[in-house]
Order: sequence, then structure tokens, then C-alpha cells
Amino acid sequence: MVTSTTNALAGEERAGPSPATGGGPVRRRGALLHRLDLKGAPYAFVAPFFVVFAAFSFYPLVYTAWISLNRVELATLDVMEWVAWDNYVALVNDSRFWNALQNTFTIGVISTVPQLLMALGLAHLLNYRMRASLFFRVASLVPYATSVGAAALVFTMLYERDFGMINWMLGAVGVGPLDWEAGRWSAQTAISTIVIWRWTGYNALLYLAAMQAIPAERYEAASLDGASRWKQFTQVTVPGIRSTIVFTIVLSTIGATQLFGEPLIFGQGPNGVTGGADNQYQTLGLLLYEEGWKNYQMGRAATVAWAMFLLLVVVFAAQRLLRRLRPRTS
Amino acid sequence: MTVNSLPVRADLPVRADAGIPRRRRGRRLLRPGAGRQHHAGPLAYVLLAVMAIVSVFPLYWTMVAASTDNTRVSQTPPPFLPGPNLFRNLARAWDEAAMGKAMLNSLIVAGVIALSTVLFATLAGFAFAKLRFRGRNALLMLVIGTMMVPPQLGVVPLFIMMSDLGLTQELPAVIFPTLVSAVGVFFMRQYLSEALPDELVEAARVDGAHSLRIFWSVVLPVARPAMAVLFMITFVHAWNDFFWPFVVLDMTNPTVPVALTQLSAGYVRDQSLIMAGALLGTLPLLAMFVVFGRQIVSGIMAGAVKG
Repeated sequence: MVTSTTNALAGEERAGPSPATGGGPVRRRGALLHRLDLKGAPYAFVAPFFVVFAAFSFYPLVYTAWISLNRVELATLDVMEWVAWDNYVALVNDSRFWNALQNTFTIGVISTVPQLLMALGLAHLLNYRMRASLFFRVASLVPYATSVGAAALVFTMLYERDFGMINWMLGAVGVGPLDWEAGRWSAQTAISTIVIWRWTGYNALLYLAAMQAIPAERYEAASLDGASRWKQFTQVTVPGIRSTIVFTIVLSTIGATQLFGEPLIFGQGPNGVTGGADNQYQTLGLLLYEEGWKNYQMGRAATVAWAMFLLLVVVFAAQRLLRRLRPRTS
Repeated sequence: MTVNSLPVRADLPVRADAGIPRRRRGRRLLRPGAGRQHHAGPLAYVLLAVMAIVSVFPLYWTMVAASTDNTRVSQTPPPFLPGPNLFRNLARAWDEAAMGKAMLNSLIVAGVIALSTVLFATLAGFAFAKLRFRGRNALLMLVIGTMMVPPQLGVVPLFIMMSDLGLTQELPAVIFPTLVSAVGVFFMRQYLSEALPDELVEAARVDGAHSLRIFWSVVLPVARPAMAVLFMITFVHAWNDFFWPFVVLDMTNPTVPVALTQLSAGYVRDQSLIMAGALLGTLPLLAMFVVFGRQIVSGIMAGAVKG
């Protein structure tokens, strides 16, 4: 039972062999180590996750609240001057904040809604029995493999005012060249297409997986009742993947509130951080960055971060409330 | 949209007995569909072909633009066929635009993050799936709850922390915060709950194996397919992660997405150089998708919510 002793030195994680072997005091120690192992090992196994999360996610989130109550400048990060609610008062009185909030909301809606609807349709198509199904699945995931940086650069070029392919195609049907970047709605639409392009296929695969778990009997029952293909889709498929739909809505909403890379790159350089000359597509993420790393006001940046967090909380509270108010029929 | 990471089965009940599968399931990540089995008609093929073209075209055009030169890209109608300058532009992007250094940095960052995420997620996933301990369900709920907190919200203190540690503009600043992933933990837990039979763990215990030994000799072999998938998906996310690297790194030591923004922010815009950079930064992931497409697709689908 030499191993038992070395194990004891190595600590509880590597506790000794089962008490079935050995005898006497060694056996008692083996049993003790065994118990320690049973009790301690699970905590040791989950500890790394919680330690890293606490250090790099939870602590920063809480600390953000503290910083938002102080004046902190980028050049002198150690100097904190307590200003209580000043940053929040300034934020609420800042038209750029309301503008960014509105932009985040509108871009969020026009990127999420079509994206999830198209994903639903695409999943339905992918669910057919067909040739080359793997090819289509991988093809729909190609945008997901493309980084924000690369995708935004290509789309920025496709949306170019003078030589972009999209204006060229619009010109072919008689629509004059659009200055996509300059207009509020055109810029927000263009940015949304980048988001839609990147995430539709991914969401479609999630829906597809859920669709494949729907029991075939439900479709048989529906077709016996004379339900058309469309009826089957709306009354069997969509309710069948309801929880996946809720899940993708949650993820897309979180993503939408954090939108940053697409508008930044779409603005090409200095214009990016402010979200265009008139802030016409500045999101909360861009405002956070502008306050902290362009205006050097870290306290202000932390305030924006908390506003984003509160926005998420409000959105999910509203969603829960809506769900409770509307009784489920299925 | 960095939070939109690995899919998970959000609907699965988290109960005390949730870790004990009622029947043994195979190791396959992708089970054949039980749903609709209609054959696709011509219209479905046409629509899917359109989808495939829309998905691939921007990347194809990236390659076209990267293979011509700046004057040709800026003409109408835009070029649709590749030109002769692809390798020259790629070489320029590699040298002039720091893409070479950025690629190496991204490889290190994404590789370390993916390895560590897989290791810690498998450890924690095993504990949550197969070991009994007080507070297991509460801790698991905590893991799920952390998914709702976007990492972006903590950037200000994180930046102060890294600056105190003297790590701004250094790769560890990007690596440390993403060493673990809640979604990864949940993914491995779901997989091991189904794929690892309780009897196997019990038998190893009776044979006198301690927990770490069981992890090494029993869990790892069973978990390998899911670990491979988690590795690839985490790698993709880490390679493409944007906000935090953009904040904490600069052009002297960038990752690929950071280098790409600088490429476009230059005063003299060389479009084919920009596109060459974009292409270069995407190639490694595309290569991975071409080789392991089946595994990645089945991995994403295996983790998805089965409503």
C-alpha cells in the first residue's frame, strides 16, 4: 500500500485505492482517503470553471458598478474620484445615449427577426430527405466560420457607394446609387445584413436538430386529420421546436445588445467608433468604447456597460411577463 | 456576437436524477431524424442552392477581389472572375499588414483557449453528470446562469486589471478571461450523462480507481468525440472573437480580427490588399470546415435543444 501514502501527499484529489484491499491502520487510511476522494474530487473538478468565472467575469461585472460611480480616466487608472450618480445623470441627459439605445434596438429587431424566420425556413428545407444534405448543411455554416472582421470588410465593400456590387445591381434595375453609410436606415439595414448572413445558417442547424426530434407519429396524426403541409408546419413543427425558438431568441437578443464589430468596421476607421458622422448607426457597444477609449472616461464607459446590463434584464423581464400574460394553448 | 456560442439543450430538466440516464445511448453525436421524411422536390433544391450561393458568394468575392488589383476592384461592373494577383496580394497582406504575426497570435490564442476550455469543461461536465456532491444542482444552475452574462459588460474593470498586471497588448490578456466556458461545461455534461454508463464508473471505483484516475482512463476515452467537437467550435469562436481583443491589444501585437480593422482604417485604402487580409484570416477556419464539416455540423446539432 505504498501508493496510498504517496497519494496522501498528493492531496485529496488523488486519494487512495478502495478499502477493499489492505488491512489494519493502512486500511483505515485508505478508507479515509477514499471518502475524501468521493467528497472532494467533484468540487476540485468544477473549481477551475468557477475560479476563472469569478475572477474574470463576476468580479469585473460587480466592479463595473463601483467604477460607474467614480470618475476614472484612461491615463490614470489608479485615480478614482467618487462622483456618486453624476455619470448616470450625465448619461440620461446625453442625447447620444438615447440615440445609441434606439439604434441598438432597431438594428436588433431588423437583424434578429428576419434572421430567425429565414433560419426556420432553411431548417425546414434541410429537413427533407435529399441528396447532398451534408453539403447544404456545411454550406449554410460557412458564414459562421467567417470572422466579424472579414465578413464586415466584404460587406462594406459590397455596399460601397461608387463601385459596390449592390449599387451596381440596383443600378441595373434603375435604382440610383445609394450612399448606404450616410443614411440612418440604409446603414442600419446594411449592418443587419452582415449579422443575418453570419447567423442564419447556424440557427437553422439548431432548429433542424430540434425538428428531427419531433416524433413522426405527430405528423402521421396530423395528416390523418387532413392537415395540409403548411398546417403541419405551423401546428406540428413550430410548436415542436418551441423551446429551441425561445432559446435562439434569447441568444440573439443578448448578441444584439452587444453589437460592436459590424458597425465599427462598416464605418471604416475613424467614422466607425462614432457610428457614422451623425451617430446614425452608433450602438451601445460603440458608445461604451468611445467613452472609454476615445474620450478616456472609464467611469462613463462603465455606466454604459451597466445600462446595457439593465437593458438585458428589462428585456428578459418583459419577455417573461409576456409569456405569463399570454396563456399557452398547446 | 460573441455570446452566441455553443448551443445547449436549454430545456432539459435539471434534477437530482438528471445525471442518470434511463437507458444507455450510443456514442453517436447525431441520431438519425425521427421527424419528417418527405423527399425534397425541385423547389427545395433550388431554394437550397440559392442559400448555398448566398452563403458562399461573399467569400468567393473576397477571393476575386484579393486576386485583382485596386484599380480593377474599384471599377463597375465589379469583377466576377479571379485575376492574376492572388498570391502577390496574399504575400503583401502577410508582410505589410502584419497578417503573418496576427495569424500566429490567433493560432496561439485560439489553441490555448480551446485546449483549456475542453479540459476544464470535461472535468466539470463529468462531475456534474456522474458524481454526487452536495450543491450539485445549485452549482449547475449557477453555470447556466452565467451564460446570461455577456462578457462585454466587464471590459472596463478587466482592462484596469490587465493594465495593473502589465498585460495590456499581451496575448495572456486575451487568453485568461476565456479559459473556461459555461456552454462548454453544459455541453460536456449533457454528452456524458448520455454516453457514459454509470456501471463503467462504478466498476472502476470497485477496482480501486480514484476520481482522477477514473477521469483519465474511463471518462476521456468516452468523451473524445464530444471533446473534438468542443475543441473545434471553441477554436472558431476564439479565433473570431472581436471586442475584447480589440480593446486590449493593438497593432504591434494583434490577433486576426484586430489586424483586419486596422487594414480597413488606413488612409490609403487598397481594396485588394484588404480583401487579401480578410481571405487570409478566414482560410484556416474554412480549411477546418472543409475537413471536419460533418463533425462540426453534428456537434452543433447534438448540443441543440431537442424540444
